[in-house]
Amino acid sequence: MTPKLRLDRARLHQRWRQMLRIRRFEAMCVELYQAQKIRGFLHLYDGEEAVAVGVAAALAPGRDAAVATYREHGQALAWGVPMDVLMAEMLGKREGCCRGRGGSMHLFSRAHRFYGGNAIVGGGLPLAAGIALADKKLRPGCITACFFGEGAVGEGVFHETMNLAALWQLPLLFVCENNLYAMGVPLADSEVETDIWRKAQAYRMTAEQVDGMDPIEVEAAARRAAEHLRGGTGPYFIEARTYRFRAHSMFDTQAYRTRGEVEDWRRLDPIERLRAWMAANHQLSEAEAAAIEAEVAAEIDAAVAFAEAGTLEPLDELERFVLMDRVVQEDEA
Amino acid sequence: MSAPPLRLSYREACRQAIRDALRADARSFVLGEDVGKYGGCYGVTKGLLEEFGAERIVDAPLAENGFTGLAIGAALAGLRPLLEVMTCNFSLLALDQIMNNAATLPHMSGGQFAVPLVVRMATGGGRQLAAQHSHSLEGWYAHIPGLKVAVPATVEDARFMLAAALADPNPVLIFEHVVLYNAEGQLDPDVSAVDLEHAKLRRPGRDATLVTYGNSLPKCLAAAELLARDGIDAEVIDLRMLRPLDMPAIVESVKRTRRVVIVDEGWKSGSISAEIAARLAEDSLYELDAPIKRVCSREVPVPYAAHMEEAALPSVAGIAEAVRSIVPQRG
Repeated sequence: MTPKLRLDRARLHQRWRQMLRIRRFEAMCVELYQAQKIRGFLHLYDGEEAVAVGVAAALAPGRDAAVATYREHGQALAWGVPMDVLMAEMLGKREGCCRGRGGSMHLFSRAHRFYGGNAIVGGGLPLAAGIALADKKLRPGCITACFFGEGAVGEGVFHETMNLAALWQLPLLFVCENNLYAMGVPLADSEVETDIWRKAQAYRMTAEQVDGMDPIEVEAAARRAAEHLRGGTGPYFIEARTYRFRAHSMFDTQAYRTRGEVEDWRRLDPIERLRAWMAANHQLSEAEAAAIEAEVAAEIDAAVAFAEAGTLEPLDELERFVLMDRVVQEDEA
Repeated sequence: MSAPPLRLSYREACRQAIRDALRADARSFVLGEDVGKYGGCYGVTKGLLEEFGAERIVDAPLAENGFTGLAIGAALAGLRPLLEVMTCNFSLLALDQIMNNAATLPHMSGGQFAVPLVVRMATGGGRQLAAQHSHSLEGWYAHIPGLKVAVPATVEDARFMLAAALADPNPVLIFEHVVLYNAEGQLDPDVSAVDLEHAKLRRPGRDATLVTYGNSLPKCLAAAELLARDGIDAEVIDLRMLRPLDMPAIVESVKRTRRVVIVDEGWKSGSISAEIAARLAEDSLYELDAPIKRVCSREVPVPYAAHMEEAALPSVAGIAEAVRSIVPQRG
């Protein structure tokens, strides 16, 4: 890992801390799942943290919008959604970001312009294009980052959205998180063109492939994208090659891949690599690392305490928000 | 003294409603297939491109799921899209976005996001367009919590429902019946707005209630005239909305007439007519003096040939016959 993008010590620490927050948050989610406090599907981002962190670092989360998938704990945290309301949502509490209605796969935060997880593969893509269209008209200069897996490129709506975004020159950043498996189907078994970024060429879109296990490489690519996008000349496509270290969800026996393959990828762990690089380059001392670890652990403890102390939505509120009585503005508290 | 009532076609009423909406709200724009240069598959948007320009009248590629999702995202982020889906048969390609996103995001996000989206689509049979252009799917959409489903049957509703839909913070689907586009009617000069809530009594009567909507409304009114010749006085209720469903209006009428026939161009199985019948059976059974009757489309894909198409859709004679079957013959 030899970053071409030169980041100062504080920024390097921030990138590492963000990845660590995601990793530890999800480790706690697994514990709480095993304790049966979290139920339903739980899709972990473990191994892929560099993608969300690198993209968020290059953009302005909250001013710039994001749309993600059902594997979106990392994007939500990277976009600035507080850990406590996320954990409360995981526990199905009223204090959760969606008052317990969304859960792991559907995290939303209007205040952060985080337009959700989306548990229909490809379902978030056209939404992101529409948000980008609204930004183009109402908030010039803003960007929408749309995260999706390589499995989504099999969907027709992927191609429809690519065409719409390019046709109407929308400020939309496509971020394909290519973790090589759509659930258990290897990429080469489901796509003729396994270099996903090449698909963007058919839509005359600027595209590149990056090492998704390296947050600095991702950030550098996202900065190139942001510069392009804020220039108003249409969408940009990043394919981040990455890998999930754990199962697709809590119900996956991983019969489709070998332990050796997982071990090979684990050697590219973005958190360990950045830590080692910073240590070797005198950017992170043992004491600094320990302090960051302790801060993250304290944040997680506080989030769990907040969530555990949360209340249950009263059942007379069950049908509330099926129909809205007004349009809530983005900048409302 | 008020101005004389204005006579216009249902199509012109739809167009005038769109024109008003575009003038009233700078965030609104029309999006759909062939809405611009072509003027709309059924001619509704003819002339609007010249009047409002390509930023407000936007021709979309043939990508129903994509452009519907785009419209939902635009609504989430502050615009007011007026989406036209050429026919409800094509809307099935966009059903994922309509159901999984438009109808779901407000609740699933705990009320953080509204989807102020209007979707207009053509529905129904009667123009020999055969099975892939003739079905009535509004009843399916009425199944989905989070949507409002409007079924304008009159020139007045075609003229004013769109403004109410645009002002509504929720996704509103408007089903315009293809046979009605050429129908003409008078506008009441005293009416400048309508609601998206209440059914409307279109013909008072004492002997039976016909509950209907869309292009079945003129058929029911014609059937009521036929029945009147035989001394049977049928009341006709136009639902106007399939979701929310104005059950109180139906029940109020049935309490007086004690007999009901539901007329629905959808297929009978699992239809909005089935829903109304079930609710009457659940809550108002003892108000009824006769079995609930339904007149629906035959359970076939709507065929091309005129005689088969006519036989497949609700008919004036069939409606009148259904009423006669539950009204005692007077000596």
